[in-house]
Amino acid sequence: MFDLVGFIPRAVAQGIPLLFGCTGEIITEKSGNLNLGIPGVMYVGAMSGVMGSFFYESSLADPAQFNALLGFLIPVLCCLLGSLLMGLIYCFLTVTLRANQNVTGLALTTFGVGFGNFFGGSLIALTGSDVPSIALGTTSSVFRTTIPVLSGLGWFGEIFFSYGFLAYLAIATALVASQVLLNTRVGLELRAVGESPATADAAGIDITRYKYIATCVGCMIAGLGGLYYVMDYANGVWSNDAFGDRGWLAIALVIFSVWRPTLAIPSSILFGGLYILYLYIPTGSDSAIREIYKMLPYVVTILVLVVSSMRNSRENQPPESLGLPYFREDR
Amino acid sequence: MVHISKRLRMPVAQAMAVRLGAIALALLVCGIITTLTTGLNPLDVYASMFDGAFGTERKFWVMLKEVAVLLCVSLALTPAFRMRFWNLGGEGQVLMGALVTAACMINLADLVPEGLLFVLMLVLAPVAGALWAAIPALFKARWNTNETLFTLMMNYVATQLVAYSIIKWESSKGSGKVGVINQSSNVGWLPAIGDNKYLLIVLLVALVCVAMYVYLAHSKHGFEIAVVGESVDTARYLGIKVNRVIVRTLLLSGAVCGFTGFLLVSGADHTITTTLAGGAGFTGVMVAWLAKFNPFAMIGSSFLLVFMEMGADEISTAFGLNHGFGDILTGVILFFIIGSEFFINYKLNFQAKEVEAHV
Repeated sequence: MFDLVGFIPRAVAQGIPLLFGCTGEIITEKSGNLNLGIPGVMYVGAMSGVMGSFFYESSLADPAQFNALLGFLIPVLCCLLGSLLMGLIYCFLTVTLRANQNVTGLALTTFGVGFGNFFGGSLIALTGSDVPSIALGTTSSVFRTTIPVLSGLGWFGEIFFSYGFLAYLAIATALVASQVLLNTRVGLELRAVGESPATADAAGIDITRYKYIATCVGCMIAGLGGLYYVMDYANGVWSNDAFGDRGWLAIALVIFSVWRPTLAIPSSILFGGLYILYLYIPTGSDSAIREIYKMLPYVVTILVLVVSSMRNSRENQPPESLGLPYFREDR
Repeated sequence: MVHISKRLRMPVAQAMAVRLGAIALALLVCGIITTLTTGLNPLDVYASMFDGAFGTERKFWVMLKEVAVLLCVSLALTPAFRMRFWNLGGEGQVLMGALVTAACMINLADLVPEGLLFVLMLVLAPVAGALWAAIPALFKARWNTNETLFTLMMNYVATQLVAYSIIKWESSKGSGKVGVINQSSNVGWLPAIGDNKYLLIVLLVALVCVAMYVYLAHSKHGFEIAVVGESVDTARYLGIKVNRVIVRTLLLSGAVCGFTGFLLVSGADHTITTTLAGGAGFTGVMVAWLAKFNPFAMIGSSFLLVFMEMGADEISTAFGLNHGFGDILTGVILFFIIGSEFFINYKLNFQAKEVEAHV
């Protein structure tokens, strides 16, 4: 019998990093910037958080002095700061220096993944442990704190209340992002920048400022996805390259959720499920077939790309100027 | 107040000087980062990187092989990029070519004569790569499906196909490795010239490089690609069948990637792994872009990136740093080169304050 109560929480836990990444990228893309550096940003976000909490944990003479509030604030702030810097690099190159967005994004990913693995490796060397990973159990336990009474409500609590607070933050962020994009002046102006920067410019909107802010906020949100992955999903254990290709999936999910943060919530969880579904499909005697099942999220992404391009409805289009730089003088 | 205007054209020598200046500045910043994060003398680190690429004759040839492979992938991606088709699927297309090559070497070595085996591999590997690229191209041409993400996802599908095949072929149960194919008989291995096993790869890629230059700069196809890249509407007006050009160009792009896969399996590694392409599909994008899609300039840019890669391997063993450090340095250098393009394409006009008041 398929263990649905066991499956759903794992799917959600897999989906949350994707949701952070996807929400961040939606906000970025709404400003007309296609940031292919998100995978790198998520690595940097995760690693910055890990470094923050590592040095906090090791600065304590006695583990009993661990302050839960600091143990939570330090990694989160480090993560936001690291991701912000990545966003600034991207913006400086693509907006101020008008560089090609795809190439800049790929370079950012190379840099970010290298950053994560290098400092990950260095911290592992510092701890001198035998296993190639860093365990931050104390910090992780803070991040994994669940709501006391609700999480004990049998299958209901298991499915809805068994997560750390970052998971709820992810969903809240997506909802807030959706509200801001659709129902505020800032959101309207941001969408105008992404759709037609020339028009927005003529209306007196500061294009550069919107692109910078949207991209940097997007990166900070995406970075939290990396932090969630290490601190909550992976129980505070960092090992190099473990985060894998989730950043790319997050970018693909933007199309899946047709640039709507509210749709990103169910689609991320769905993809989280697809990501681990292979563990639940019986393989029989042929274990190699499991490698074929691992294709599922990618094949589904492709199908979604194809179907959404075939339907080609007017309201489900990417921002008109996505990927194109804007120079006032070029008009 | 600074006013930015577009340059008509910067002389090539001056443009190169700007790029070299950017690299020099990047190395300086990398040096500072190195000292801050590792406490090592950056000059020692650079010397060691140099050693990693040029230190011995063997290392030098390994480097040439790596340059050839990266160059071949970049050349493959170039026609697609000229058309503004972002083929991020080089990785998967190389893997498919490699997979087919490995399948031929494993299954047909005893059945057909070696000459026929080579013919089969040389035909089937490019076909496999071409098919892998044609799928997104067909959808792009027919429904304008987003090719960046489509090709990207095809990479992972190819990776899983290879993972599946590796388990099927693994040398000893549960090892997860194929091991060296035909190790005793060397059937299906590209022959060494003299006693140099990489020379043939380098020569073959040099041929591809010249051919690609001629194709892009001096053929009707090359012209059509350039027009489609500049403006789809102009292309239609000229009577160019845009959809046909997209699919045709991607078939070529994928075929050359598949050929690279053949070179890797038959010529260099003689085995297959899921990481065989080693990110060349992505690095190739940057190589092609840095060289402004000029096949000969790509020799230089792939050389730079391979040098960084091999240098990084060397410092990771010499100083006990891990491989990620090389990626950080590569990233920083790329940032600087990407940024320097601005100063090549645009001119900064500094205006005095009082002049501005009148404007």
